[in-house]
Formats: sequence, structure tokens, C-alpha cells
Amino acid sequence: MFDQILQFLITGLTTGAIYALVALGFTIIYNASDVVNFAQGEFVMMGAMSTVFLAAGDNGLPTPLAATLSVVLVICVGIFLQRFAIAPARGASVVTTIIITIGASIFLRGLALVVWGKDIHGMTPFSGETPIHIGQATLLPQNIWVMGGTAVMVLAVHYFFHYTMQGKAILACSYNRDAASLMGINVGLMMMVAYGLSALLGAMAGILVAPISFTSYDAGVMLGLKGFSAAILGGMGNPMGAVVGGLLLGLIESLSAGLISSGYKDAIGFIILLLVLFIRPSGLMGKRSSDRV
Amino acid sequence: MPSESLTSSHANSETLLTVANLSSRYGPVEVLYDVSLEIKTGELVAIVGANGAGKTTLLRTLSGLHRSQAGAITFADRDITNSSAHSTVHAGMCHVPEGRQVFAPLSVDDNLRLGAYALRKESQWVEAEMENVYSLFPILKEKYQQEAGTLSGGQQQMLAIGRALLGRPKLLLLDEPSMGLAPLLVEDIFRIIRELNAKGVTILLVEQNARMALAVADRGYVLETGRIITSAPAKELLNDEAVRKAYLGY
Ligand SMILES: Nc1ncnc2c1ncn2[C@@H]1O[C@H](COP(=O)(O)OP(=O)(O)OP(=O)(O)O)[C@@H](O)[C@H]1O
Ligand SMILES: [Mg+2]
Repeated sequence: MFDQILQFLITGLTTGAIYALVALGFTIIYNASDVVNFAQGEFVMMGAMSTVFLAAGDNGLPTPLAATLSVVLVICVGIFLQRFAIAPARGASVVTTIIITIGASIFLRGLALVVWGKDIHGMTPFSGETPIHIGQATLLPQNIWVMGGTAVMVLAVHYFFHYTMQGKAILACSYNRDAASLMGINVGLMMMVAYGLSALLGAMAGILVAPISFTSYDAGVMLGLKGFSAAILGGMGNPMGAVVGGLLLGLIESLSAGLISSGYKDAIGFIILLLVLFIRPSGLMGKRSSDRV
Repeated sequence: MPSESLTSSHANSETLLTVANLSSRYGPVEVLYDVSLEIKTGELVAIVGANGAGKTTLLRTLSGLHRSQAGAITFADRDITNSSAHSTVHAGMCHVPEGRQVFAPLSVDDNLRLGAYALRKESQWVEAEMENVYSLFPILKEKYQQEAGTLSGGQQQMLAIGRALLGRPKLLLLDEPSMGLAPLLVEDIFRIIRELNAKGVTILLVEQNARMALAVADRGYVLETGRIITSAPAKELLNDEAVRKAYLGY
């Protein structure tokens, strides 16, 4: 029984780490521009799909190079999204920007379908498939990649926003745009940096998880939804909350799949999300709405 | 009406800011009509005017937060008409906006450092100026780790001014620095404005508190419903009957 639980924890933390990265992407864009970016899942999908295709075949690139190029490509997509879809709609209502990002997600999914087809693809794990046994539970090297990679990126994001001038400049833009530009901060540029960073996190999440979960042109839909739920669960706008919300959602799903039934895991995750929101409408670690500036 | 006098102590210094026939509007609503003014290096110039006269709009148009409709702004020999706000800062125009607008969730120290964002590569200068600002406002040094949003109104005003000083202003734009402050703090703020000017900072001060503004200024402009209706040395304006009736209340 203990080993079984341990196995569920390993699976849950791995999925949860991916949710956390997607949720962190939502949070960064939400904080910078008050936009809920429903194309966040497509960043994840594009990171994985373009890595698969760049590395495919006899003339394929080595995986690290393919992954790097894919991340750069997805960052460009993020910047484009900001520059050509979000920036022109500055001052529009929340509903309008949501429609824009949903539109962008549909567009990117369609593009992926046209370019890459609708097959499901796997990816070779980065460091083989020799399992590590902990009692009866097994840990695959790719699980370590996912958890370790997520940890590194979460720490890097934390460092960026708390210890660098560029990170603080983005925060300043999110607190007060006019005042930020009076500091000499190019707000438009900072928005592009925020979207690029968010796209980077999404692409990395997609690449890390592809060897475990397979990928296809529409893989971003579910991941985007889960990441969004995780961000809400943790408290929209709080980066720490996004990470906690992601890990928690992953654990809840894996435990309910293991202990109850895998058919119910999404439903149980959703019910717990609703319960939390019922008790704490601003999420686990969110500020009360009256505290927001 | 008093006329422009040549007795200003800065009569021989060079012109820092020239505003020629500036007009501004919000959508269809015209707010500034044909505003012209000039500031010389070292001067302290006040713009007084009633609520809604367009003072804030004028400063926002100068610093590039708001686009002008017509006219030209020349600053330090550069045409900055419709430059974006972040680039006018690089040119040396630092705007302390109405209502202080500090970054509430960030620390006092971070707020000040963001003021030097444009100069962040010059770390030696920034560190030295941080010390200057902290000695000018010791209360900020005491609270340097505190969130700016937890400061009192007066302390936030000091922070907003300090933050602008870290932009190394050639011209400091101050929008109603005394707004909402207790009388004692108002005295403090005006004393600091005088000190800064004495140290050589050129200042354009916008105030509803016309009496105090004209008391510290070299020259003043009166803005009435978007038009400059008179300009003169500040002392003349203080003694001008029409100005006294309309803006000084006696
Ligand atoms: N964002 C805006 N949109 C539309 N009209 C505006 C806007 N901001 C200001 N106005 C109008 O422009 C005119 C000038 O406003 P402004 O804030 O420049 O005046 P002010 O002299 O700074 O007033 P106060 O002393 O109250 O600060 C006012 O009639 C105001 O209603
Ligand atoms: Mg005003």
C-alpha cells in the first residue's frame, strides 16, 4: 500500500510539475497585462511538436538542438501574439482579450494541424528508460527531468522577478503603466518580454513531458485547461500559488485515479477546484479582491 | 495685467524647455489651447490654475504620457514633440505625477532604484544618488525595506520625488506635490522644492495651492480653462489683483 501511494505521488508530482509550469505562464501574462491567455496550452503543444519534427528522421537534428530551436520558435510566437493581437487591443475589456486569446489558440492549433498533421507522436526520453526502484515504486529518468527541470525554471523565474532590474521593471509595469514609463521603462517592450518568458515556460513544459505523455496538434487544449485550473486553484496572479496549485492538482488527480477510478480523476480535480473557490473565492494563496491595487 | 519682466535672475541662462502653441485633447474634448511657455536652466517656474484647468494634462503632454494635437516641444535642444514617455526620461525630463503613483507592492528601495532604470548601467552614480536621496529624506532610509503602499501620503510624496531625482533630471515636473497633505507636511515639501532648486535642479511646479507655489517660484504662468492667460515674475503675480481674487482668495 505504501509503495502504491508512493507511486501515485511520483506520478502526481510529475504531472503537477507540468501543470505548475503552465500555470506560471498564465500568471506571468496575467500579472503583466491583465490578460488570461488561453493560448498558453498551444505554447506547450508547439514546443513538443516542433521538437518532435525537428528531431525526426535520419537527417533530424539532435534532440537538444531541436529543443532549443523549438523554444526559440515558441518564444517568437509569444512575442508575436503580444505585439500583433494583444497590444492593438489595449484598453479593451477582459472579455475581448479572452476572445482574442481563444481565437489565437484556435488559430495556432489549426496551423499545427496543417503543418504537422493529426498523428500522435512520442519522443525518446532524454536519459533512457531504466527505472529507478524505490521499494515497489518506480521512478523513470524522465520523471526526474520533469521535476528537476520545473524546479530549475521556477527558481529562475523567482530570481528574475525578485533580484533583477528587468524583472522588477515588468512588475512595475503591471502595478502602474504610466508611472513605469515615467521611470524610462519601455512598457511595450516589457510586455513582449513577459509574453516571451511565458511562451518559454510553456515550450519547456511541452518538451519535458512529451516523452511521458505523447503529443499531438490538440495536446494543448487539456494542458491549457489544467494549467488554468491550477492557476485559479492557487490564486490567479500569485506565482507561488500557481506552482502550489499545479502540484496539488497533479497530486489530486493521480491519487483519485489510483484510489478511486481513473475515469473520475478530471471530475474530482474539478470538484475540488470548485470547493476551494466556494470557500476561498480568490484561491488558496490569492489576495482577497479588495487587496488588489 | 503684469508684463513679462527682464529682472529674472536667470535672464542670461540658456533655455531648457520651449513649448510652442501646444494643443491637447481627450477624444473630442479639447483641453489645452495654444499653450506656449519657456523655462530657462536653473529656474523654478510655477503653473497655477483652478481645478480642471488642464495643468495635469499639460505635464502629461510634456512628458509624453499624452499625445499632443498640435504644437512643438523642444527640450535641451531636442524636438521631443510626441516622444514616448520612456524616451523623454532618457533625455532628462523627470515627471512626478499627480497622486504620487508609487509602486505600492514594491519596497521603498526598489521604487527608488526603478527611478534610475534609465541609468542602471551607471551603477556608481546610482549608488551615490541613492545616498543623496536617503539623506534628503531620512524617513525613507528608515523604511527602505517597507512596501511603498504602507507609507503615509507625505512619505509617498517624498518617495515619488526621490524616485524622480534618481532619473538625474535636467527638468523636474512636479504635479501638485502638496495635494492631500497636512499643512505641516506641505511646508516640508515646499522647503524641499526650494532646496532642490537651490542645488541647481530646474523645476516646473504645478499647483492649485497658488500662494505657496508663487511664493517659492521665480516666475509663474496662470492657466485658465486650457489657455495661458498671463505670465510674470512670481512676485508680481502674487500682488496682481485679478490673480489674487481668482486664485489666492483674498
Ligand atoms: N482621461 C481623461 N479623459 C477625458 N477628459 C479628461 C481626462 N483627464 C482630464 N480630463 C478633462 O480635462 C480637463 C483638464 O484636466 P486636468 O486633469 O488636466 O486638470 P488639472 O488642472 O490638472 O485639474 P486638477 O487641479 O483637478 O488636478 C478637465 O476638464 C478634465 O475633466
Ligand atoms: Mg491635476
